Amino acid sequence: MNWLSSLTTPAGLATGAFVMVVAMTMLGALIAVAARNIFHNVLGLALSLIGVAGLFLYLNSPFVALMEILIYVGAICIAICFAIMLSAPMYLPPPPRHPLKILGALAGAGLVFAFLALLTKKTTWVAAPARSDDWSITTIGHYLLTNYVLIFEVISLLLVVAMLGAIVNARAGRGSS
Amino acid sequence: MMVFNQLETYLYLALILFAIGLYGVLARRNLIAVLISVELILNAASINFMAFNRFLAPHPAVGQVITLFIMAVAAAEAAIALSIIMAVYRKLKSVNIEQATELRG
Repeated sequence: MNWLSSLTTPAGLATGAFVMVVAMTMLGALIAVAARNIFHNVLGLALSLIGVAGLFLYLNSPFVALMEILIYVGAICIAICFAIMLSAPMYLPPPPRHPLKILGALAGAGLVFAFLALLTKKTTWVAAPARSDDWSITTIGHYLLTNYVLIFEVISLLLVVAMLGAIVNARAGRGSS
Repeated sequence: MMVFNQLETYLYLALILFAIGLYGVLARRNLIAVLISVELILNAASINFMAFNRFLAPHPAVGQVITLFIMAVAAAEAAIALSIIMAVYRKLKSVNIEQATELRG
């Protein structure tokens, strides 16, 4: 009963919500890679991305959290749904997977995980000596149009090229009408 | 010190997400599933940027700007990858990686 009463304090509530967000992220990621049905994969990805947006809220930036939901859940997941509907029919059973390959993939991902976890554990992180606490969206806008204006413009060019390329690529072989 | 106010918490979360995505890229045979796993990996990178931005960086706008750039590049990447998947499906009648072997030497 002790932890239950601690849940009603603000700090306890924040911790409980954080645990829920983390559970959402991890559960969604597991569904996204482990489920056999490709449509369940997309739904798991959407769940995981909403969880990541919650993590961004905890990292003090509601703007990026909103952009995450808008771009990833709203645009990319929907685009993937369209691709699923336009490609292989879902009622066909997926081909069986070789268990040795699954084991190899598990081993590879596990090795990378162990290495990076060790690296994270061994490193001592040093904060910058002078830190500003200006979290406003206005400052982000200023940075986008002053310090990072070249990257900003190049990325808009990249988006145009990517869209044109996607259209051309997907139209190929459809006749010359 | 609350658990959500520590840098290491977020680093380990991003690490787990990265490992799950890497497993998906290595194990899945469906092209769309591979794309989904790549999105997970990109999100792990975003979480890392935002965590360093929150706890270490000299100015808190920089990490957010970089995360926005990651999202834009991920959107471009998803559009291109989905169009390639459509083209592959039209040619091979399948989205299985192991059947797309025409460039094998």
